[in-house]
Amino acid sequence: MSLTADDVNKIAYLARLGIDARDTESYAKDLTGILDLVAQMGTVDTDNVIPMAHPLDQAQRLRPDLVSESNQREAFQAIAPQVEADLYLVPKVIE
Amino acid sequence: MHTKTIAQLTKGLRAGDYSSVELTQSYLERIQQHKSLNSFISVTGEQAIATAKQADALLAKGNAPLLAGIPIAHKDIFCTRGVKTSCGSKMLDNFIAPYNATVVEKLNAAGTVTLGKLNMDEFAMGSSNETSFYGSVQNPWATNTVPGGSSGGSAAAVAARLIPGATGTDTGGSIRQPAALCGITGLKPTYGRVSRYGMIAYASSLDQGGPMTQTAEDAALMLQTMAGFDPKDSTSVECEVPDYSAELNNSLAGLKIGLPKEFFDDALNSEMAATIETAINAYIKMGAEIIEVSMPNLKLAIPAYYVIAPAECSANLSRMDGVRFGHRCTNPADLNDLYIRSRGEGFGTEVKRRILVGTYALSEGYYDAYYIKAQKIRRLISDDFNTALKQVDVIMGPVSPTSAFGLGEKTSDPIEMYLADIYTIAINLAGLPAMSIPAGFIDKKPVGLQIIGNYFAEAKLLNVAHQYQQVTDWHQQTPNGFE
Repeated sequence: MSLTADDVNKIAYLARLGIDARDTESYAKDLTGILDLVAQMGTVDTDNVIPMAHPLDQAQRLRPDLVSESNQREAFQAIAPQVEADLYLVPKVIE
Repeated sequence: MHTKTIAQLTKGLRAGDYSSVELTQSYLERIQQHKSLNSFISVTGEQAIATAKQADALLAKGNAPLLAGIPIAHKDIFCTRGVKTSCGSKMLDNFIAPYNATVVEKLNAAGTVTLGKLNMDEFAMGSSNETSFYGSVQNPWATNTVPGGSSGGSAAAVAARLIPGATGTDTGGSIRQPAALCGITGLKPTYGRVSRYGMIAYASSLDQGGPMTQTAEDAALMLQTMAGFDPKDSTSVECEVPDYSAELNNSLAGLKIGLPKEFFDDALNSEMAATIETAINAYIKMGAEIIEVSMPNLKLAIPAYYVIAPAECSANLSRMDGVRFGHRCTNPADLNDLYIRSRGEGFGTEVKRRILVGTYALSEGYYDAYYIKAQKIRRLISDDFNTALKQVDVIMGPVSPTSAFGLGEKTSDPIEMYLADIYTIAINLAGLPAMSIPAGFIDKKPVGLQIIGNYFAEAKLLNVAHQYQQVTDWHQQTPNGFE
């Protein structure tokens, strides 16, 4: 599997990740190398193997649907880049 | 007093040989004196002295908790309320955590005194501490070599005796490999044993916090406080915490040690093989029995890991978006520009590489071929360990293929760096507990012995490690200039 600079740009956009244009070629080379390494997985037959999500095969716990958290808006918004009237500000989305 | 272990310091504090304030001041001076190691990202001296005063008051009353007054430091991946928690990244350089990780809460409640936050690979992604935004850390044994990673600051600081114990985290070897390269004791517990709440997530199905100390006895003391069920961590396991110090002195006569033949193949260099063999001979002398075991799927551990870990990291790190906390770019043109530039500026090269690999592996049409396939391989590897652990009590082998490598030696080739984790990664995939203990030197640089146990068998691992430390003194040696 060989990835091109174009592929890198597409993947980077999916991840909303800025990549310097000067670096796309080197990312393409590194990613190709990593995917080659990963391709070794193909050497073993896993048709009848159940995928393992948790080492102890533990299911997600359930709890009663009760309020357990207190409002900490001020503490959390104190470290936000931009806040106004208790809201997180981002550039306008809807014109 | 800086060469003393936590166990010795708890006695010294109670005997009145020194106060916690004196101890804290003495360690803070050492941290200042050896600043060039770059093992700390933040030093919280004033807070530490205030906490030490409280500990001294409790000690004077005679009802202080066991670790009261013991100075420690946290890997900068653990959230500490009111203190910068950077995770080694520019992205979180301005992040003052609004809450404490459960591990931090527990160690605070046990009376420990936090001296600061330790350097690490960015978001725990690295094996040399060279991906940190705050620069690489020097290995105190040879300052032109790496301390290992990602808990490189923790390992270097304990090795240099700047603190008697530290927290670390291990996703693919990040406690054990730096412990080995710095000549200290490191324990990665069973997945789910130590709460991940407030421990900034890299790969959630693999991440596990643990202690990094001089001795196994000290690791038992720290783990006793760190371990336990936490309702705030959805993968935390409800399983009673045993007394980790209770079995330390048990005899090892009849202990069955498994040696995976895949660990000792031609790829292992002869010096490392000889060092590990010497360590295993010490166990034979203590009455242990050696049994060869086989793990046919071990060679697939690194390929499976480099799907699972990046996939989970790409999801976990999507929360770093420049909106609610962390780095934000200046003058974003629109929302997409805000995300793309904030993340592009905030993350370093290795983190970007892994986000890209993970995003690709999870993208439409590739999920089954990569993530599901890797999870299936994960089960095969786990089955290999389970089969072996039916025949033996513990498995032993090297931690790292070599002793500490040179700063900059492996940074140009990411894959060469990944392969340095060949002996540690499979254990995270299986979710088993494992330790690294000092087992000798190659070229005057420390080498670790890895001890792997069954699920929740931390007490057994600590017993096996402690007994070795009764007949050897590798763990007591300190690097030149740090005695």
